[in-house]
Amino acid sequence: MNGVTSKQLIGFGIFLLAIFVGVPIVIAATGRWDFYFTLTSVALLSIASAGVWLTFYIGRINIGQGAFALIGAYVSAILVAKAGVSFWISLLVAGLFAAVVSVLIGLPILRLRGVYFAMITLVLTQVVTLVALALPITNGAKGITSIPLPGGISLLGLQILPPFDSMADTKLAFYIMASILMVLTYLALWRLVNSRLGHICRSMQQNEELASSIGVNIAYIRIIIFAISSFFGGIGGALFGSISQSVYPSSFQVTDSVNFMLNCFLGGLGYVFGPMLGTLTLYFGWDLLFTLGKYQLLVYSVLLILVIRFLPNGLLSLRLGKLGKGGGK
Amino acid sequence: MSALLEVCGVTKKFGGLTAVNDVSFDVGQNEILSVIGPNGAGKSTLFKLISSFLRTTSGEVLYEGKRISDLKPHVVARLGVVRTFQETTIFKSMTVRESVIVAQHLRAKASLAGYFWGTRTARADIAAFGRYADELLEFMGMSAMAEELASNLPQGHLRALGIAIGLATDPKVLLLDEPFAGMNPEETMRTVNLVRSVCDARGVTILLVEHDMPAVMNISDRIVVLNFGEKIAEGTPSEIQNNEKVIEAYLGSADDEVGI
Ligand SMILES: Nc1ncnc2c1ncn2[C@@H]1O[C@H](COP(=O)(O)OP(=O)(O)OP(=O)(O)O)[C@@H](O)[C@H]1O
Ligand SMILES: [Mg+2]
Repeated sequence: MNGVTSKQLIGFGIFLLAIFVGVPIVIAATGRWDFYFTLTSVALLSIASAGVWLTFYIGRINIGQGAFALIGAYVSAILVAKAGVSFWISLLVAGLFAAVVSVLIGLPILRLRGVYFAMITLVLTQVVTLVALALPITNGAKGITSIPLPGGISLLGLQILPPFDSMADTKLAFYIMASILMVLTYLALWRLVNSRLGHICRSMQQNEELASSIGVNIAYIRIIIFAISSFFGGIGGALFGSISQSVYPSSFQVTDSVNFMLNCFLGGLGYVFGPMLGTLTLYFGWDLLFTLGKYQLLVYSVLLILVIRFLPNGLLSLRLGKLGKGGGK
Repeated sequence: MSALLEVCGVTKKFGGLTAVNDVSFDVGQNEILSVIGPNGAGKSTLFKLISSFLRTTSGEVLYEGKRISDLKPHVVARLGVVRTFQETTIFKSMTVRESVIVAQHLRAKASLAGYFWGTRTARADIAAFGRYADELLEFMGMSAMAEELASNLPQGHLRALGIAIGLATDPKVLLLDEPFAGMNPEETMRTVNLVRSVCDARGVTILLVEHDMPAVMNISDRIVVLNFGEKIAEGTPSEIQNNEKVIEAYLGSADDEVGI
């Protein structure tokens, strides 16, 4: 159940090389600098998707991650733009704030199962959007704009990271930052799934009654998992706000929440790294279909249905086999 | 005999239906007590009340003198009173060994965060879980199927896995709901002996619901008989076999496969 095989280590090494060396080389060679923005978006969206995947892991369909992403985006934006707090601190606070909100929401709704839980989470995004429109601190429909770029980090007077606005290539800086956070998120997720908490989640997913009969406080575990899930949502949202330097009530909508869920389905619910692949595929797939014009949504939907119908375990079930498989051995 | 578990005037109503009606009895330390009765007599409901899976309408259950009814199942499990399920209830996509490991939740010394970071306590726990799982499966005679996926097991072994999962929690009192269901006579005999040794060798007090009368008469120290939610008799197997009310209840019911 524990321990890492050498095959996994090599795979992880190749993955890191691809992100941090391969992609910059390819982009420099082709001159497609806009890809940095695209890939940065994929990275931050897959952080939020990782959270949704985790709620799937305890058998709950979560279509509300957009709500927590929006909360995270606003918390960070307000702290940075209005209170002058360092972005790096705001990032953490955004995640924690989203987690606290999710605990308050989760307490009453997490005992619901199946469609009932899904339906309520589906409403959450809209609720947060409306709150953002109504509150003075979020500036209503005007949103928060001109958010300063992340500052530097210094420790004991030593500068570890220069401020983003002093860098020559902020696109690259954002890409590296989002990628590092994505890697950390998935490492944490992988570790969690393979640790005792993960085993307990798996037991709850398979039978909550049996899990409680062996002494698992299922209500508590659900809350913990939902909080971690929303923490990832908040982090993803805060990153988004910082990269686009603006947050609006419409920055994350119900369709985004649905997409976070689809990313997990598409990549594979049985695989920790599934949502990452799902996000990448869905993001690029949608763009590739752009040429189809008004048929874009139709073709996209049909393809999704086909994938879910014929690959119920997601894209990763195609080739990877046991590599990166969640829970198992 | 000092009572370990006391069921005191427990009643459970589902709407207009009284599933358990003012039932009282005691269970002594290291005893095997069976609860029998026709279908729908309220046996499973009684077990759910004892393990706090259901809330009582009135009455209470005491364990070591402390009230354990109307709590949460995991709290009661933590105190040492653990139930198994009448329906086949397992972790389908875990292997036998994984199931028995995850079921040792209550034996964990490290915190959940400790397992995440891999602290020394957590690593010691993990090693101990593995050892205990192997020991338990050996004891259950299930070592050969340790790596088998639970959903692939035949019915008889599924029951045994259910018992193993219950045992892995290190219970003081184990409530077995129809542990011999779906077993052939040979498997039943083996499991009867196993339950006996769970009681004798591991000091676990056993309550069990069962329709297999020969097995019940063989295994039980005492028997409580329910009919339409009410306790109609209590006594040793031979007392129960000769009890007028019991014979009447069984003959009166459509359930003639019981055959006392
Ligand atoms: N959750 C519930 N809601 C409503 N009625 C219930 C519920 N659970 C059980 N009952 C009813 O309570 C009565 C007792 O059920 P119970 O399952 O305890 O019987 P039992 O003695 O275990 O029967 P069997 O031998 O068939 O397992 C039955 O009439 C049943 O229909
Ligand atoms: Mg029953």
